[in-house]
Amino acid sequence: MTTKRLSIQRYLPEQSKTPFWQDFDVPFDDSTSILEALNHIKEDMDGSLSYRWSCRMAICGSCGVMVNGEPKLGCKSFLREYPGTIKIEPLAHFPVQKDLIIDMEIFLEHLAAVQPYLINDSEDSTQTHKQTPAQLAKYLKFSDCINCGLCYSACPQFGLNPEFLGPAALTLAHRYNLDSRDQGKAQRMAQLNREEGVWTCTFVGYCSEVCPKSVDPAAAVNQGKVESAKDLLINLFKR
Amino acid sequence: MQHRDADIVIVGGGGAGLRAAIAAAEHAREEGIEQRILMLSKVYPMRSHTVAAEGGAAAVTSEEDTLEAHFEDTVAGSDWLAEQGVVDYFIRHAHRELVQLERWGCPWSRKPDGSIQVRRFGGMKTARTWFAADKTGFHILHTLFQTSLKYPEIERLDEYFVLDVATVEGKVAGVIALQVATGELILLRAKSVILATGGAGRLFQFNTNAGIVTGDGMAMAYRQGAALRDMEFVQYHPTGLPGTGILITEACRGEGGLLLNKDGYRYLQDYGLGPETPLGEPKNKYMELGPRDKLSQAFWQEQKAGRTGKFADNDVVYLDLRHLGKEYLHERLPFICELAQAYINVDPVTEPIPIRPAVHYTMGGIETDAQCETSLKGLYAAGECASVGLHGANRLGSNSLSELLVFGRLAGEQASHRAAATAYADIESLQQQVQDQERQVARLRDADGLESWVGLKREMVQAMEDGCGIYRDEQGMQAALNRIRDLKSRYHNIKLSDRSRIYNTELLQCIELGFGLDIAEATCLAALNRRESRGAHQRLDAGLEQRDDINFLQHSQVFFNADAPAELRWQDVDTRFSAPAVRAYGDAGKGARK
Repeated sequence: MTTKRLSIQRYLPEQSKTPFWQDFDVPFDDSTSILEALNHIKEDMDGSLSYRWSCRMAICGSCGVMVNGEPKLGCKSFLREYPGTIKIEPLAHFPVQKDLIIDMEIFLEHLAAVQPYLINDSEDSTQTHKQTPAQLAKYLKFSDCINCGLCYSACPQFGLNPEFLGPAALTLAHRYNLDSRDQGKAQRMAQLNREEGVWTCTFVGYCSEVCPKSVDPAAAVNQGKVESAKDLLINLFKR
Repeated sequence: MQHRDADIVIVGGGGAGLRAAIAAAEHAREEGIEQRILMLSKVYPMRSHTVAAEGGAAAVTSEEDTLEAHFEDTVAGSDWLAEQGVVDYFIRHAHRELVQLERWGCPWSRKPDGSIQVRRFGGMKTARTWFAADKTGFHILHTLFQTSLKYPEIERLDEYFVLDVATVEGKVAGVIALQVATGELILLRAKSVILATGGAGRLFQFNTNAGIVTGDGMAMAYRQGAALRDMEFVQYHPTGLPGTGILITEACRGEGGLLLNKDGYRYLQDYGLGPETPLGEPKNKYMELGPRDKLSQAFWQEQKAGRTGKFADNDVVYLDLRHLGKEYLHERLPFICELAQAYINVDPVTEPIPIRPAVHYTMGGIETDAQCETSLKGLYAAGECASVGLHGANRLGSNSLSELLVFGRLAGEQASHRAAATAYADIESLQQQVQDQERQVARLRDADGLESWVGLKREMVQAMEDGCGIYRDEQGMQAALNRIRDLKSRYHNIKLSDRSRIYNTELLQCIELGFGLDIAEATCLAALNRRESRGAHQRLDAGLEQRDDINFLQHSQVFFNADAPAELRWQDVDTRFSAPAVRAYGDAGKGARK
């Protein structure tokens, strides 16, 4: 079997505060994913290599890494796609805890900040709402986010200011705002309107390019800007 | 060691754990009591394996459907090994749980008039499976996770790996966990504990499961004295992708997909599931809509007869969806199209998908009563890790997502109720157990024996695949049991290479392997001693190819015995509503159905 070289950025904080690079030559075929290559390294070459993974079918969102400088899901990127040595680093813009493991806490805080749940005063919980396929289609794409964090690594604004709510959280807010069953938009707009809300986005659009589930956060954030502008304008008149 | 208290501790942040957490919070609010709920997960909750469930969740919904029909389908599907009182409770509560999820925002697929759409599923008499395209588990999990953020009384400890359930004199007292980011151990004292840790599909080499599905909670409860029940019943899902085992949902067949052998023949008609149904007219309980055990067994027979095709090194049959057309496939089965394209470079719109069976679900688990409580007072279990008795010898597709909601909710309420009337155990009484765990973790981290954990793990999954597959025989199961026992003794001589504390994932994998070996022993022991064929447990041994209700209308129970061999007992089955009858599908099943 032919091999391919993976050059991996290692960081072992208990040994040294400085990251270093280590090369591994990994056997591969047409179906070998980056994640499978990492598993091969861990099981057969170096048991100390640390990274997150779980479902290996691009739905749990655990295994995001930088592959040759681009944010990717390890399980959905394949060695065959890369001609030379493959450079693997932890996801950009997040603090690194060990090897390829990043600190996700800020990401989770941003998700929670937008009140990502249905807000609806109706007490009746014994009946389903009516929601037509057309109403469902309005937000369905934005509900497909797997929280992998790739879009945060792609986002230059998040890189500059981690307080920026960022693409996934703003998309989630938009998802609920667009849901015909929801009445919580007014509450969520406060988060979206603030400086670290939609207005930090400069519409680079790289977030949508890297999204492994085609959620299109850039569209959600920019639709959010229109909503925010309307909301700010209305508030201006109300004063 | 660090120490914290919480009224209720929930281990696992998948569907069952999250549903339990919300139910406990709601229950406490209704009762006007303040309770703190701590939910621990070895991963972030949205990584939990519920996320990978695709096809849907069952509940009686349409006008023409009846509770009796869902009951009969589930009991017949279980080959009469389900607890019938539990099934009765389940079918009565499934619908309200799916409605509740709708009220929380789950994007269920809809009919043109805006009402809920249902689809066909295997072994079900009529269409009663709610779905969110083919990402139902994903949407359920994220809806529950996001909804849980509304409750400040639910505190999450993400990436905490639970090592043991703390007990005092047969009562639960909390859990001992390892904080993955630091390697520090922590004692979490609780008045009640819910295990919602998922199945054990990773005991087998070829499976549809995520890497985290290693049976941790099962092993913890088992080591503390709870029985593992019906562990011999391991579900092979008939349609996994060759190479990886990635799940291709049963909904493909519910929507009308065909299964073909290498000659393009719909072979299921030769296995008691016919006659052949016309293209585009799937019929419940016929052909491709038979139950999973029968379909996986039919694959095995075709393979033996040389009628399977090849995909790389794998023997495969073919799932043909082409007649459904691009638009419909992209609306109903978008994830399947994505997976087939990404992982085997097949576009289901233009080509049949090569597939083969893969281990999918653990029917057995931690024995609980009908209120989700284990034999240890205050310790509850729900979801795949539990054996509340819903699935018996074979689970019907789309019953498990409903199960984790119905019984997750029940476990949460029960745990809250119990916690309100219980005091914390005395800290001193837990010191011994805490020190044992500290010692074991330290020993493992420094382990410098001769056995590679990777080698042991590979031998375990191979042994289980060889001995406890779709068809089994005495010799194979005995060999597997012997091998697992040998591996258990070799586990004491294990070697680790990572001595670090921060994110020592090698250490965690070794602990998971230790859990797995204990469960594997229980599985082999129960399989070997069930001298009949029922549901997912099919024997090739002469005279044992049929169901034997005289001797084996019984649950197996396996009890842990430290380093001595595990102990097997038998337990009566609740058959209060429906006496065992012939289990038949296709035209052969007509007489059995009203």
